[in-house]
Amino acid sequence: MSVEVPQSTSKLALAEVARLEDVVDRDALAEVCRSFHGLFGLSIRVYSREGSLLADVHTEQALCQYVNTLGLGRIACSQTVAQVKRIDPSEGPILHPCFTGAVYRVVPIEYQGRRVGRFVVGPYLPAEVKEVPRSLLVIDPNIDAERARTDLAGLPRVRAETADRISTHLRGILDLLLFSSHKAYLTSEMHIASVRESFRELAEKNVRLETAYEKLKELDRLKSNFLATVSHELRTPLTSIIGYSEMLESGIAGEIVGEQLEFIQIIREKGEHLLALITSLLDLGKLEQGALRLEREVVDVRSMLSDVQKTFVPRAQKRGVRLEIMVEQGTGPMSADIVRMRQVMFNLVENAVKFSPDNGIITLFARTVEMLDESSDAGAVLMAETHPAVEISVRDQGAGMDSQELPKIFDAFYQVDNSSTRQHGGAGLGLSIVKRIVEAHGGSITVASAKGEGTVFTFTVPEPDAA
Amino acid sequence: MQFDFKAKELTVKLVYYGPALSGKTTNLQAIHRLVSPESSGRLMTLDTRDDRTLFFDLLPLSFQTSGGVQIRVKLFTVPGQVIHNATRRLVLQGSDGVAFIADSQRTETKANQVAFVNMRENLLENGLDAERFPVVIQFNKRDMPDVRSDEELDRMAQRGREPVFKAVAVRGVGVMETFYGLLELTWRALEAEHHLAEKFGIDPETFFREVRTRVGHGEGP
Repeated sequence: MSVEVPQSTSKLALAEVARLEDVVDRDALAEVCRSFHGLFGLSIRVYSREGSLLADVHTEQALCQYVNTLGLGRIACSQTVAQVKRIDPSEGPILHPCFTGAVYRVVPIEYQGRRVGRFVVGPYLPAEVKEVPRSLLVIDPNIDAERARTDLAGLPRVRAETADRISTHLRGILDLLLFSSHKAYLTSEMHIASVRESFRELAEKNVRLETAYEKLKELDRLKSNFLATVSHELRTPLTSIIGYSEMLESGIAGEIVGEQLEFIQIIREKGEHLLALITSLLDLGKLEQGALRLEREVVDVRSMLSDVQKTFVPRAQKRGVRLEIMVEQGTGPMSADIVRMRQVMFNLVENAVKFSPDNGIITLFARTVEMLDESSDAGAVLMAETHPAVEISVRDQGAGMDSQELPKIFDAFYQVDNSSTRQHGGAGLGLSIVKRIVEAHGGSITVASAKGEGTVFTFTVPEPDAA
Repeated sequence: MQFDFKAKELTVKLVYYGPALSGKTTNLQAIHRLVSPESSGRLMTLDTRDDRTLFFDLLPLSFQTSGGVQIRVKLFTVPGQVIHNATRRLVLQGSDGVAFIADSQRTETKANQVAFVNMRENLLENGLDAERFPVVIQFNKRDMPDVRSDEELDRMAQRGREPVFKAVAVRGVGVMETFYGLLELTWRALEAEHHLAEKFGIDPETFFREVRTRVGHGEGP
């Protein structure tokens, strides 16, 4: 993946001072220069390496003002100033003389072994200049020698070693200013670069996660397709196996005797078991794809529960398990696909019987309730609508489940404990199908259980107009 | 590395890498103390918290060869703590050589290994060939209890290709040797790639002698 390189990377990589004007704070620089000017009365100008003026603190000297009133004087003055501006002190401080006898001192500003700019001190008069120099007196035919002498005396006078000390001191302060500015500059650049780099890292991770997520979704889809296709293909030969077993059993192909009959019955029973399993798989596939069509009709709750009860009584009685039905007064009929509702009840009751202790009681309980729609937005307490629904619960007195198991039991192929599968059979598809059928009806299913205290499955099926 | 033909100036970037608290900053502090003041700039520490480096430390060194070429060496440290990987990668950008500062204590063996692997990953991420990149290894904190013995280190060092140095950075022991070792290894790699002797007239052996005399008060290994 390509790395987005920040523009200042090479500067940042080497932590170079980009340009003096980029790092140094002009106000701070001007303040330092003002303070020097205040202390020594000398004019100071700071230039970047490229020649931009970064600070300028000066007093217009009387002599300079006077010279500029003279035509030739003005020309000579501006030439000198231009020369001073152009000086690049590569080998150290340079003294540049003015025709007035004054000098400009041009000092390099170096940082980390590299010249980044220069400062100019002056004009000032070297202490050793006593006389008015001839170069000043001849600069213009109209010059007033007396005035020139007076004004020259007004220039600040500095001894060579003092000038040296002053510029060393200023260099020291500028160096410190540069160092702190450079540090602040690098810190902020580094901050931005680090944030950008971290962002890039996260963005890359997100892309990888998204790809993985898409792959998983695709795998899930393939799994569903595979299940549907395989189940369908398995069902066809199985129908023949069951059909031919039935024919053999009924003696169409000749008399079947003794153990032969028993073996054929086992083949047919196991075949039917397998068919039921494959049908469940197909159902699940359809439900997952949302392809299940419901044939709703008005279902009398009590008679549906009795049907279920009758179907399970023989199996339950073998172990002394009792099935009880309780339908609350006023429980209305429900609008549901009766075949699918039976499938739901069969699955739930089958489980209850399977896990009931000997001589246990299973209760099928039904009532009409007000069901809340599932909105959980702000103001749900005000906005949520209620509508009537039939609630049915199946309660057993079995071993119960751990609370952490509960959220997972509606997942396809989930088994609370593999040992119970070996004991009781099943593929872990029943509850997954139950949940999907209930949801297809616009209802919901919950489970409450605790170790040793039995299990209650409760589902609701709302009135269709409200669902 | 950066050349500036006009200014006859050459800048080399060296990075001190390693696990947290192995003594990278201490190495730079010791170098700052030990080199001649005229060849060293200020040691800059960018953002620290509780004495832990957040961004990096920077020590600029510079000197002139007898041939008049200005050599600028920039020494960087990276933040060692695991969470600052983005910063480490940024600091490693454009570097010419790495001194890997390992903590000699046996308990830190794992941390050393993790940091070394991380360094190689970050070199690769920066488009640098981790196989050929100049790296020296310093075993710091030799004065601590429970460290590998010198014989053990020497034996292990023979198996690797990186030059190995032993140091007690807080006392400045072995610090300059590591620096010279890294600079020489890096210079040889740069020479092979850029033919510095030809372009700048800098003979490697003369250069190494000059570095020692001009930067480090002339003390040799």
